[in-house]
Amino acid sequence: MTMTAAPLSDLAACRLPRLLPQPRDPSYAAHWEQLGPLPAPGRGLIDEVLASGLRGRGGARFPTGRKMAAVAAGRGPAVLVANGTEGEPLSAKDRALLVGNPHLVLDGIAAAAAAVGADRILLAVERARPDTVVAVRQALAERPPGPVIELLQTPSRYVAGQETALVRWIDGGDAKPVFGSRPFLRGVGGRPTLVDNVETLAHIGLIARFGADWFRLLGTDDEPGSALVTVSGAVRHRGVYEIPVGYSVGALLDHVEAAPAQALLIGGYFGAWIPGDDLTGVHLSSAGLAAAGASPGSGVIVAIPEDACALAEVATVAEWYASHSAGQCGPCVFGLADIARAVRGVLAGDPDGETAARRWTAMVRGRGACHFPDGAATFVDSALDTLVAEVADHRHGRCRRRIGGYLPSPAPGSWR
Amino acid sequence: MLATTLLQSKVLWYVMRASGLVALVLLTLTMVAGIVNVRRFATPRWPRAVIALLHRNVSLLAVVFLGVHVVTAILDTYVSVGWLAAIVPLTSHWDRFWVGLGTLSVDVMFALIITSLLRSRLSHRTWRAVHWLAYASWPLAMAHGLGAGTDTGAVWAEAVYALSALAVVGAVGWRLRQPTGRTLPTARRPTLATGARS
Amino acid sequence: MNQFRLVLDPVACDGHGLCAELFPEGIELDDWGFPIIAGPIVAGPTSAGGIPDSLLVHARRAVSACPALALRMARAEAPIA
Repeated sequence: MTMTAAPLSDLAACRLPRLLPQPRDPSYAAHWEQLGPLPAPGRGLIDEVLASGLRGRGGARFPTGRKMAAVAAGRGPAVLVANGTEGEPLSAKDRALLVGNPHLVLDGIAAAAAAVGADRILLAVERARPDTVVAVRQALAERPPGPVIELLQTPSRYVAGQETALVRWIDGGDAKPVFGSRPFLRGVGGRPTLVDNVETLAHIGLIARFGADWFRLLGTDDEPGSALVTVSGAVRHRGVYEIPVGYSVGALLDHVEAAPAQALLIGGYFGAWIPGDDLTGVHLSSAGLAAAGASPGSGVIVAIPEDACALAEVATVAEWYASHSAGQCGPCVFGLADIARAVRGVLAGDPDGETAARRWTAMVRGRGACHFPDGAATFVDSALDTLVAEVADHRHGRCRRRIGGYLPSPAPGSWR
Repeated sequence: MLATTLLQSKVLWYVMRASGLVALVLLTLTMVAGIVNVRRFATPRWPRAVIALLHRNVSLLAVVFLGVHVVTAILDTYVSVGWLAAIVPLTSHWDRFWVGLGTLSVDVMFALIITSLLRSRLSHRTWRAVHWLAYASWPLAMAHGLGAGTDTGAVWAEAVYALSALAVVGAVGWRLRQPTGRTLPTARRPTLATGARS
Repeated sequence: MNQFRLVLDPVACDGHGLCAELFPEGIELDDWGFPIIAGPIVAGPTSAGGIPDSLLVHARRAVSACPALALRMARAEAPIA
C-alpha cells in the first residue's frame, strides 16, 4: 500500500508504489532524475503492452494492446486522445495523477502516440477542474521539444467522457454519444483514434521502460498490474490509493479505517452495490467481484455506514442519472426519469415501487446509443438486491437512519 | 369526319376536367393524411401505419390522375396549351397565368415525390425541407382549379373546392393545437402500479 | 441461406410505433412507446436468430414505413453498425 513511501531509486525493483510515489515532486526535473528518458519510441511497444495484459483503467477494462493494434492497423495517420475528463462524480484518481505525476502520463502519451502512428495528440480535462488544467499546462511547458500535445477543456457532462461523445465534441459537435461509431476505425476527423484513460497511459509510460514482465509482477494473471482506486464514504482516510489488482476489499477498508459498512458501492455511479458485511473472497478485480455482481470499473469505492440511509443515496443518484441523459434515445430519456420516480416510491414506502423499478431497469438495458441507461439499471438493480432490509424498513415506515449525503449529485453543464 | 373530331375533342375535354378534379380531391386527402400523421394522429380503426401508407399510396394515385389531366389537356384541341407548359410555368398559350400555377404545382409535386422515393439516400433534413413545399403545392393546385377550371361556378364544383379547403384548413388547425417536441403526455406515462401505458 | 435481422438506430427513433403495427411478431413497444426489437426471431448482435422467410415481407414493410428512417435490415452476421 502506498502509505509507506518507497525509495524512488528503487522503482524498477520495488513493486508499489508505481504511479503515485510519495513524497512527490511533479516537476520535470524530479521526473527525469527518478526515471530517466523515455526509451526510443517504436511499434514494438504494442507487443509489449499486449504481453503485459494491461486493461483500460477508464472503466471498460478493454485490453489496451488490442486497442492500440487496431488503431495502428487503421488507414492513415492516427489520433491519440488522452481521456482525463473523469466524469464519475466521486473519482479523483485521474486528477491525482495529472497533478501529482503529470510527466509519467505525458511519457505514456508520447510512447503510445509513436506506437500507433498518431500525428495529432489531444489531452482532455474537464474545464470545471482549474487546478488540474493549471498543473497540466505547467507540465506541458516544462517538456523538452517533442510532439505537440493539445490541452482541451471539456464541458462538465458525465457522458462527455464516453469515447464517441468525446470524439464528436472534439470535432465541434455536442458532447453526446454517436450510435454505431467506432473511433478506432473512424474517430477524430475521420481518422483512426486511440482514446485511452490517463491512468492507462501512465502504465504505458512505465511498461515502455520496464517491460511486460515487470508489469505482471503485481496483480493477477488475468488482470495484471496495479490500479488506482478512490475511497470515500464513512472511512477515516479518504483518498486515492494504488493497489495491486485483485487486492482484498476487506483489507483495503481496514487500511483506510472504515466504519462497519452497511453496503459498498463499487465502481462509482456506473458500478454496483454489494453488501458490506461479509467480504470474504471479494477482491478488486473483474473476477474477484463478478460473484458479488460487481466489477472494478473506474475504481471508486464508497462505504455507506450502518446508521445512514443508503436508499436515500440511491434515490439521489437515480435522479442524477435522469438529469444527465444526453436526451437522444427515448428509453433513456423517459426510462431513467421513471426509474427515478420508482426509486422515490420505494423510498416513500410505496409497495409498487420496487416492481416498477425492476420492470423499467430491465426495459432500458441495451436500448440506448451508449451504455448510460445500462449504468442506471445496474446501479438500481444492485441496490434493490443489496438493500433488502432497508427496502422492507421503508415499506413499513420504520427507517430511522440519517441522511448521510455520501453520494453527491453535481449539476449538468453545457453540451459544448 | 368532322363529327368524330368534335366528339373526340369533347371526350378529351371532359376527361381533362374530371381527372383534374379527382386529382385535387386525392391531393387533399394526401395533405390531410400527411398533416395529421406528423402529430401522431391515430385511432383504433386508423392506426399510424395505415395513415402513413394512405398518404403514400393516395399521392401516387393522384400523380396518375394528374398525368391523365396534363396529357389530355395538351392533346385536346379546344384550347392550346402546348407540351412545354407541362413542365415550365407560364408557357401555356391559353390562360397563361392560371395554367402556369398548375404547372408550378406539378413541378413541386415532382420534387416531393422524387425526394421521397430517394429518401434513404438523402439526409433527413434535406428531405424534410423539400417536403415542406407541399404547403405550396396544394394551394397552387386549388388556385389553378379555381382560376383555370371551367367548371368553376357550378355548384357541385364549388362544393368540392369548399370541402377540400375545409379539410386541409381543419387539419392544419388540429395540428397547430398539438404539443410539439419529445413530450409524453401525462396521461400516457406509465404508473407505478400497472407499469404499462394507459 | 442469408439470415436477416433488424437494426434500430435509437437516436433517430422517435417512438412513432408504425414498425410495431406492421411487424408485431418481431417488434413490441415498451412502456414509453419505443420499439423493442425483441424475441428469438429478430436479433441483437449476439443472437444467432434471424427473421423467418415467411415474415421478411412484414419486416421490410416496417423498415419502409418508419418516418424517422430509424430501422434497417442487416445481415445477421454483420456487425451492428
